[in-house]
Amino acid sequence: MQENITLIQYFKRYLKRCITGPWSLMCGLSVSLKYFFDPRRIVTEQYPENRKTLKMHERFRGRLEMIEDQDGNNLCTACGMCERACPNASINVLATKNIAGKKVLGRYIYHFASCTQCGLCVEACPFGAIRMNQEFEVATTDPNSLEMILNKKEGQG
Amino acid sequence: MPTLPPGFRLQRETNTEEFFINMGPQHPSTHGALRLALRMDGETIVELVPHFGYIHRGMEKQAESMSYLQYIALSDRQDYLTAIQNNLGVVIALEKGMNVGVPEKGEYIRVMLQELGRIASHLVFFGCFGGDLGGQTCLLFGFKEREMIHDILEEVTGSRLTTNFFRPGGSRYDVPETFIPRVKAFLDHLEDSMRDYERFLSKNIIVLERSIGIGVLSKEDAIAYGCSGPVLRASGVNFDVRRVNPYSIYDQFDFDIPVFHNGDCYDRYKIRIAEIHESMKILRQCIDKFPKEGPWRSKEKPVRLPEGRYYSEIETAKGLYATYVVAATTGEKPYRIHTRGPSFPHIAALNKMAQGHKISDLVTIMATLDPVIPEIDR
Repeated sequence: MQENITLIQYFKRYLKRCITGPWSLMCGLSVSLKYFFDPRRIVTEQYPENRKTLKMHERFRGRLEMIEDQDGNNLCTACGMCERACPNASINVLATKNIAGKKVLGRYIYHFASCTQCGLCVEACPFGAIRMNQEFEVATTDPNSLEMILNKKEGQG
Repeated sequence: MPTLPPGFRLQRETNTEEFFINMGPQHPSTHGALRLALRMDGETIVELVPHFGYIHRGMEKQAESMSYLQYIALSDRQDYLTAIQNNLGVVIALEKGMNVGVPEKGEYIRVMLQELGRIASHLVFFGCFGGDLGGQTCLLFGFKEREMIHDILEEVTGSRLTTNFFRPGGSRYDVPETFIPRVKAFLDHLEDSMRDYERFLSKNIIVLERSIGIGVLSKEDAIAYGCSGPVLRASGVNFDVRRVNPYSIYDQFDFDIPVFHNGDCYDRYKIRIAEIHESMKILRQCIDKFPKEGPWRSKEKPVRLPEGRYYSEIETAKGLYATYVVAATTGEKPYRIHTRGPSFPHIAALNKMAQGHKISDLVTIMATLDPVIPEIDR
């Protein structure tokens, strides 16, 4: 690809760029220096140090957990809506029968390893029995700890 | 390539031999796992063949065994830089099937989050463009403002990248009270920063020399290859879905569609900077007109689509994003969902743009196309 310009035009442009080029670099450098020295422009979070004050937003989708009162009772009726809503089969709701022969929650098994934290289970729950907590430091060295049973007690039915 | 004067053309060697090299799949400037097979003559590219499929996950096949709601969560994982926009593309197609409308406040929430997503994606482009040309400071500048957008998104949707926010008939939550003041503060901050950033990069001699006249895509080629978004508009075609076929409430806002005519790398850079300013304009109008009261979601009902075919197209930051839903039976599972992503045609046109350029220019061209490979492979 070649341009249709004369040699004189070419050298005029060349000389002009010799002046404007370094000037443009200086302009860019001044922005860099401004950001380097101005403390108001620092946006970095000092993460491990600010751990105590760092709070996630209310809607943050962390690990799934069951809403329980002080005695450990939950609202789950083992209807299985969350299990059906889950895109990657991270939830297994195992129902059992209580002494009156009614279907209640036995075990609420949650596979955290395959969970993508999309929040569809919470949305699908008709009883508001589950929520996503604000936990974000979820790394672990023990893969077995990622398979968890969320309920402490059997459901009330 | 305005580098040599007319009489100074170097004579080519008579005995040259062409050779192949691979660029990628693990290469920082291919923006993901993309392999480019290059046929080279010295340092000049003779032919270029892109190879896809390194991160193919079969999303469209997976969708056949998923419910519609689950597919909204899956659409986050296509173009992860504009996940909030992909959500809307899917949701509009579902709304056409379910025949539900969106209340006014819901529409405002949609438009505002769309424009925030567009700014976030263009800021990543700004950073990567500078970063690919060798200025790592620029990379951090771009990501600094993007971080603020993601903080806003995290507060509103609950997640930074994989938002999974819109639902047929509105959105999942109402926006919190802090949303409007935060966006306002962010816009003031961004206006200030963009002035600095344009001073930093737009007139930089290295950027000018490396991008003007590089990777020219003519108007005819851009249309023929099916390019869309900023790449198409940089080649001089005034096409924006927001204007041509308005969805949501984009017809109520006053904004310009920037069009540039050279089709080279520098125009593709300038057009994205201009679009950030246009998005800010839309956001300011939204803040003025944002309804304080009123419902943000129409009456919730199960997502079941009647038999039929539904199509939606929206303008994401990268270009035209279309969703085609085929429902064979009335129910909550699709028969087939097809997605038309914007990045694939851009990479297809890469051969046309890169031919005859040096291999270092290919990095510039790739950066200005701004492709996202997971969206191509799906």
